[in-house]
Formats: sequence, structure tokens, C-alpha cells
Amino acid sequence: MSEQANTMPNQTIPNQDTKNQGTVKMLSDSPEWTFELLEQYQVEIERVANYYQLDFYPNQIEVITAEQMMDAYASVGMPIGYSHWSYGKKFIQTEQTYKRGYMGLAYEIVINSNPCIAYLMEENTMTMQALVMAHACYGHNSFFKGNYLFKSWTDADSIVDYLLFAKNYIHECEQKYGIDEVEACLDACHALMNHGVDRYKRPQKISLEEEDKRQQEREAYLQSQVNMLWRTLPKDDSHSQPKTQKFPAEPQENLLYFIEKNAPLLTPWQREIVRIVRKISQYFYPQKQTQVMNEGWACFWHYTILNHLYDEGLVSDKFMIEFLHSHTNVVAQPEFNSQYYSGINPYALGFNMFVDIKRICQHPTEEDKRWFPDIAGSDWLKTLHWAMENFKDESFISQFLSPKLIRDFKLFQIHDDEKNSFVEIAAIHNDSGYQEIRTALSNQYNLSNLEANIQITDANIHGDRSLTLKYTPHQDIPLADSKDEVLKHLYHLWQFEVKLVETDEHGHDHIIAQCPRPKAKEDN
Amino acid sequence: MANFIDRRLNSKNKSTVNRQRFLRRYKSQIKKSVSDSINGRSVTDVDSGESVVIPKKDLSEPIFHQGQGGVRDRVHPGNDQFTKGDKIKRPQQGQGQGSGQGNASDSGEGNDDFVFSISKDEYLNLLFEDLELPNLEKNQLDKMVEYKTVRSGYCAEGVPANIDIVKSLQGSIARRIAMTASKRRQLHECQNALEQLAQDPHENIQQKRNLEAEIAQLKSKIAKVPFIDSFDLQYRNYAKQAVPTSKAVMFCLMDVSGSMDQATKDMAKRFYILLYLFLTRTYQSIDVVYIRHHTQAKEVDEQEFFYSQETGGTIASSALELMHKIIVERYLDGNWNIYGAQASDGDNWADDSPYCNQLLQQKLLKLVRYFSYIEITQRAHQTLWHEYEKLAASHSHFAMQHIRSVEDIYPVFRQLFKKNRQQVA
Repeated sequence: MSEQANTMPNQTIPNQDTKNQGTVKMLSDSPEWTFELLEQYQVEIERVANYYQLDFYPNQIEVITAEQMMDAYASVGMPIGYSHWSYGKKFIQTEQTYKRGYMGLAYEIVINSNPCIAYLMEENTMTMQALVMAHACYGHNSFFKGNYLFKSWTDADSIVDYLLFAKNYIHECEQKYGIDEVEACLDACHALMNHGVDRYKRPQKISLEEEDKRQQEREAYLQSQVNMLWRTLPKDDSHSQPKTQKFPAEPQENLLYFIEKNAPLLTPWQREIVRIVRKISQYFYPQKQTQVMNEGWACFWHYTILNHLYDEGLVSDKFMIEFLHSHTNVVAQPEFNSQYYSGINPYALGFNMFVDIKRICQHPTEEDKRWFPDIAGSDWLKTLHWAMENFKDESFISQFLSPKLIRDFKLFQIHDDEKNSFVEIAAIHNDSGYQEIRTALSNQYNLSNLEANIQITDANIHGDRSLTLKYTPHQDIPLADSKDEVLKHLYHLWQFEVKLVETDEHGHDHIIAQCPRPKAKEDN
Repeated sequence: MANFIDRRLNSKNKSTVNRQRFLRRYKSQIKKSVSDSINGRSVTDVDSGESVVIPKKDLSEPIFHQGQGGVRDRVHPGNDQFTKGDKIKRPQQGQGQGSGQGNASDSGEGNDDFVFSISKDEYLNLLFEDLELPNLEKNQLDKMVEYKTVRSGYCAEGVPANIDIVKSLQGSIARRIAMTASKRRQLHECQNALEQLAQDPHENIQQKRNLEAEIAQLKSKIAKVPFIDSFDLQYRNYAKQAVPTSKAVMFCLMDVSGSMDQATKDMAKRFYILLYLFLTRTYQSIDVVYIRHHTQAKEVDEQEFFYSQETGGTIASSALELMHKIIVERYLDGNWNIYGAQASDGDNWADDSPYCNQLLQQKLLKLVRYFSYIEITQRAHQTLWHEYEKLAASHSHFAMQHIRSVEDIYPVFRQLFKKNRQQVA
């Protein structure tokens, strides 16, 4: 009822765009959404998205309730997740905080799949739904399709199939081997999940049936390989084996991969579970590396697309005011001394960087021409697409963070050395500081600096089968205490002694964690 | 192109399995929390869920991550006062550092306990897990029976007040249609014939007259079929149905003499909660009467019952007398299922115990559906126990058990009601 009441007076607003003149009929700005209305908006948004040459997967837009949104949260955004207690814990946590009003739910969740699945919450107003569609279904979606990391690391076509395979497989295992066994294995894998990423090789694309078939073959084959590796031949123990031969020949950073292929006592189904967790970790890896860009890109496009619709006279002032209110909240950056400050807001940084790139292309200043000679004055749309496609957070910032933005954000760098009783301001937003801040901020998004650098250096295949890992600290930052717990999980998978070593300043390796713990220091 | 799907009606609880997994994994902690909570609850408060607290460190999912210390360079927004080279005293832990780094520290701050709610059913299931409650549930307690008149179809005979008019008229219509069917068919045929004759160019006067006479005769025959016949009448039928009453009263009797300490009372409380819960599964409304006694008995509210201190000697019969008095005054109209639960540490004035036996045997046991006695003590049994033993031998709805520590309560409770099952069977 109210929809019509609202649209009537608004139609008198003059139409500002010439392209669509005559046929323009303003879309309803009633707060209540309907499926017809969603579709009308979606058609318009898609038209504008095409106008800006966004290339995206087909959209599958699903409307869900708040409770379903919490479900989706709990399964870390996977549309189909296998059962595990940690997801239950997340669900309970989300539910608690949501019910007590500590936290609002996200307006949407979008999944990197083909077709691209986006969840819209039922509670959203029509304006919010439009914002979310522009943001997720065209912003994130085109990022998933265009960015080089996603292109080379994830396979949008097969992910839903794969998750389904994983869920079924794990369910089967639970029935065959018991929930406790499977849970213990998953716990161990989850502990090492961040170290299950293959940074150099490209994973292959396969479908569900193929995955099933291959799994069977792999199972048999893997076991035979492992047996081969650990086969004890009754050779004479004299000098036939050169002692220096090391396994693995090179340090291995993908711990889960190494375990899957080489752990001596794992059963085939456990290897498959290790593989599943590793695959999922791999799938999420690009998202971790492109948070700023991904959100910035999506914010830039929801902002641009909806403004374009407004310029065409398709949406009303009322719509725009509500939209801008939400948009401003999303891209707000509290200052370091604000009580709301919790680090740099990736939405704010990303959005402003893309806006800034557009500005540099369209209205470059002298400074911009000095800093960005190759993009200043170029076609902004092409430059923006190129930037989206070929960078990740780290390189994106080191390439495109402009002095103007550093000034706008009033960025400053703090150098914190544990050895001093003070922290030092290393750079501020002035001429001498721009470069330094840009480098520092870029490093702040460099995953290899943030995640603990742990590699498998030795598996003693000729002796006690012990496994040695090495932690290489970044800027002297020690490993957190949780290492002992994680080693227990690793031990669960490897099933022989596991040692974690660190090289001290004199070049000697010393053990910082060990599982099982050595017995009461008999050796000393 | 976009494809819209309305998922709102899909199953909501995708995460239910995961939630159950979570409860399963932390069962021991949750159970501890649940059994702790029993002390904080009223006996009759069994309808609410419970919040459960689990220390966060038990829940952690450890991963390798960087700890505190080392050299860090962080960029922050909103510089309003600093210039390059400023040295600032290091702020307290947690400020600035760590935040935005992705990995929340699982040491350091943030060690709040993990608190969440479980539903009533989850609570009861955990509480009663050892009790195999589903089995108990099957063995319904036998109940007081009262009768209720319910409708049960129609019958052909009855008093006029019970005539069902609609049903009767339906019968009447059916009968009239059935009885006039052949006559109406004939009437129809005659009328058709008459019409054909009217169109005939010849004047068949005689034939017309015959037909008209026949039509008149048929009409009068049809009219003679009675509008309503005694055969049509339908009376509403009523039947008496036995309904177990849904009302019960539970008497909690407890010795509060000086010898009963708080721990003993807590155990007694658990027992009462269990009994109450058990009764709620059978009865809709339950009254609870608390009677405490030392040398004199007194009806009190729950708070006073469990938590006020008294000293003095013990005369158990005073409580039984009071219970009898209350039953006679309030609960004797035949609709009440009466349960008695007496808790004591076994101390009683020696001369009083035979009188207790007598009271129960002659008065109370005839009135109550079930009477249970639990003795919470570490010491040897005294006269009250021995007197009651005699009763237990001869009365199947009298049960007694000995509880030494908290762990005994569930088995004892099961024991008490197992006996009842045999009786029912």
C-alpha cells in the first residue's frame, strides 16, 4: 500500500541523465522490499554494472532470515560445511552477542562460487537490499572473477561441489570410524590450517564425481607411496647409507600437505580429511590476502552504481539519504585515540584508495604526476580494473597509496622495539614520511610477516621417525604460547616425536617446543 | 542475470548438529555447571534453561601465531600530536598492538569465560542423564481417577433435551427423498405426457383428465409423507470417561534440628528437585508443601525450609502429624495425588519412632500415593530407620533409601521408582 503512496510525489523530481530520458520511471523507495522490487532494482544495477564493464559470475541471490545468517556465520561463510564442534561454538557465540545486541549481523555474505551466491537478510530495508546487491553481487562478485589470486588459487565452478563432497565424506567417516576419531583428526588439521596453503602450485579444477572417483584411487595410491617411503629393508647397517641424505630435501612450508603425503601411520581416510582441510584453507587464502582491496572494490562499486542510478533519476532522495547513512558508517575510520578504534578499517582504506585512484586519473595534481606518472591522467575505468585484477593488499598499497590519502588519514607509523621502554614515532604524514608509511602499511598486510613462519626441515626417516620444524621469527617476534598445544595436534597426525626449533643469534638450533615432552630431564 | 531464491522457509537450524557436537564435546564441563546450578535454583523452578559457563581456555582452538614482543612497526590513522622522532612511554598491553592483526591472542587479555544458555530440555537431559528418564517416563505413576462426561456420537433414543436438530432434520430430508422418489418419477412422467398432449392438435380431453387426476393423486401422496418421523430423531450421546487428575501435592518433610548441616540439606534439596521434576512429567499442577521440624513441626516457605537455621532435638512424628492435618484440611477432596518425601539424618527421639511407624501405617499411608524416606547420614542407622524398615516390608508404596553422599542421589532415586515400576507392572 505504502509503496504507491511513496512513489507518486517523487516522480516529479527532474531527470538528470539524458540516456534514459522519457522511459525513466523512478523505482519505489518504500522501506518494504518485495521480490518484484528486488528484481527491478537488480535489473537496473546490473545494467549500470555492465555500463562500467564489470565482469561477474551469474548471481544467485538468496533471501534468508537472521537465524540463517547466524548459521552462515558459524560455518565461516561456507554454504555447505561439514559438522564440527567449533562451528557450534561460533554459532553459540554469534547468537549470544547478537541476542544481547552487542553486535549487528552483516547485511550480506557472499560466496566465491559460480554462480556467485549472495545472502540477503530478510530484515534489510529495500535500500539496504539494493546496497547489498550492488556491493556483493557486482562488487565482490567481479572481484572474485577478476583478481589474479582468485583466478589462480580458487575454482569458483567446483567449490560448492567440493564442499558437498567434503561434508558427505566426513559424515561417512564419522559413521565408519566414530565421531571422536574424526573430531580429533579435524581438530588437529584445524590447528594447522593456516599452514596448509600451497603458495606456489596451482590447484586443479575437478567436479564432484571426478573428485569422488579420484579420492578412491588416491587413497590406494597414497598408502602405497607412504609404505614405500617407510619400508624397512633388512640392509646391513654399515656404511651403505650416506648419512647426510635429508628428507625432505628442501624445507616444506605446507605442513598439511607434507603430512598428507608422508605421515607414516595415518589411515587413508585421515589423509583424505587432511586434504579436505588443506583444500578449504587454500580456497580461503586469497580472501585473507585481499581484504582491503576486495572490500574497497565492493564499496567503490556500490557507491558508484547507486549514485549513477540517482543521477539517472531512478532512485529518490529518500533512498539516497538512507544509503549514504549506511555507506558512511561502513567506510568510517575512527582515529587511533577513539574508543571505537580497532585498527585500520579495511573498508575505509580500500574505498578511499579506489576513489583516490579515480581522482588521480581524472584530476591529477602536480604531486600525483610525480608519484604516479603512469596512471595520472589515464582512463580511470581501465586503470581501476587493472588495479583490481593484478594486485593483492600488500602490493596494492605499496603501489597506489598516495600522499594525499596519507594526509587525509593522518597516518603515522609507530616503531615498537621490545628492548626499549618507549615506542617511537617513526614517520608521520609529511614529505619525508610518505614513502616510509606506505612501506610500513604495505608490510602490515603482508601475510608472510603476519603468520608464523614455520617449516618442516627434517623427517628422520632412517631413525626414530621424529619430525623437526623450524620457526623463523620475523623481526624477533617470538611464537605465542599456544605452540605447545599445536604441537600436540601435529603429534596426533604424525604420531612420532615432533620438535619445534628456533635458531638463536649464534646460529644454534634449540628446541622451543616438543611433543611428547621429554621425560623429567634424564639426559642432563 | 540473477536468480532470486527465497530460503527463508528452509530449515533454520543448519547449525543444530554443530551445536550438539559442541555440547557433546564439553559435556563434562557443562554437567558440572548444571549440577552447580541446582543449588541456586528453587525446587519448583524447572521450566527455565540455564546459563553454562566454560572457562575460555578449555575451548581454545590453538594455532601457531606470533606472540608478544619483538620489533613491530604499525601504522595508525588520525595523528593529531606526533612528529617524527617522538618517544612515548609504551602503553599498557593490548593498546593498539595486536588489534587489527587478525589473530586475537589467546593468552593475554580476553580470558573471559565462555557463557551460553542451554534450553530447558537440554538442561533436564543433562541433569537426568544418569537417570534414564525416558524409561521412567514410560512407567506412569498410577493416578487418582475422576470422571468426565464427553460427547460420543449419536443414538436413536434419549431425552428431548438432547435432540440434535440439525442431525435429525438431515435424517428427515433423506427419508423424505427416499420415500417419495418413485412417486416423483411418476409425477414427472405424467406432467411430460400432459405437456405433449397440450401440444397435440387434437383435443384429447379424456386423456388429459385422466392424467390430471393421476397428478393430483400423486401430489397428495407425496404430501402425505410426514415431514418428521420419530425414526428421524437423533439424540446426542454422552459417555463417562475416566480421567486421571492432573493435580498433585508433594509434601517435603525435613528434619532441621541441629544435627542437619547445610551439606545434608543440599542433598535433600536435590532429592526434592528430582522428585518434583519427576512429578511434573506426570501432573499438570503440583502443590509443594514444605514442613520442617525439630521438636515441633511448622509449615514454611522454600527459603526458610532450606536456609534457616534451627537447633534443638528431633521429634519426627510432629511433622507427620502436621502433614496429616494439612491433608485433611486441604487435600482430601479426592482429586489430589499425594506424595510424601521425608529427609532426615536419622536422628530421632527413640521413643518417638514407634509412634511415627504407627502414624504412617494407620493414617498417612492410606492417603498418600507414595511415600519416600531418605536418610542422609554417614553413621549407623537409628531407631527411625528400623521402624521404617518394618513398614517398607509391608507397604509397597513406601520406599526408603540411604544416602551417604551426593553421588548416591541419582541411583537412590532410580531405586525408589524402580520399585514403583514393579508395582505397576
